[in-house]
Amino acid sequence: MKNFQFLFAAWMAVWAVFFIYQVSVSTRISRLRDEIDRLKQPLREN
Amino acid sequence: MKARIPLTVLAAGLMSVAGYAALFIAPDERTMHEIQRIFYFHLGCWSAMFTALTITFVANIGWLLTRRPQWDWLSVSGAEVGVASCTAGLITGVLWGKPAWGIWWTWDARLTTCFVLWLLYVSYLILRGLIEDPGRRATLSAVFGIFAFLDAPLVYVSNRLWRTQHPAPVLLGGANSGLDPTMGRVLMISVSAMLTMMLIVLADRYRLERLRHELDELRVAGETRPGELVSALAKAPRN
Repeated sequence: MKNFQFLFAAWMAVWAVFFIYQVSVSTRISRLRDEIDRLKQPLREN
Repeated sequence: MKARIPLTVLAAGLMSVAGYAALFIAPDERTMHEIQRIFYFHLGCWSAMFTALTITFVANIGWLLTRRPQWDWLSVSGAEVGVASCTAGLITGVLWGKPAWGIWWTWDARLTTCFVLWLLYVSYLILRGLIEDPGRRATLSAVFGIFAFLDAPLVYVSNRLWRTQHPAPVLLGGANSGLDPTMGRVLMISVSAMLTMMLIVLADRYRLERLRHELDELRVAGETRPGELVSALAKAPRN
């Protein structure tokens, strides 16, 4: 198939953009969760 | 949250089917031949972007009318997902432009208004990062968001109003527009796949904003109640 590299690159680009973005959101969520847990810990102990 | 796994599986399945259908099932277009198949991913990205930015627009108005923080969380989530979809749309456009036109980019009305839209929403996100006070941040960004959204309909009508390098609209474009039925079905699958994926990411991004709000409230509580919470806060990294 002529120009297959462009077609494949476009399909991969869509996957890559959403995958990278999703990973970034998930990382930020888990970092926030850790921080919230750390802040709640002293309250639980008291 | 319970719907998360089935939705993710559905989105991944739809994306795979959409990729297969676009590459191997959709018929060749007469003038551009096989490279026209990028259209299915390209239009999917724009559908996701317009949906996300419309959500942001509605949420901006919602915040200005009610001052409920949920509207602000939704607006920033929609804007970020919209920027991601717009980025994917611009990349697929560039990858389509080179083999179809012989150039990666041209400053015609459609491409320029798209690029301006991307810049406006990137600015919206930068603006939010610059304002510390949550209420002021939400109000200023809502006003800016409503202004930024004015470009979205302009993007849509740009290749109807002006002669552009970008192809004329194939959907709702008048007498000479329209799609082959198989192409139409493949396009439906691609758009559904992108919208499902966009909604999953949007839900996660909204959750992130809710957690950020929870953390801010804990920080405020720590400041008003000195003790263990404050010492824990001092050790915690700031986002």
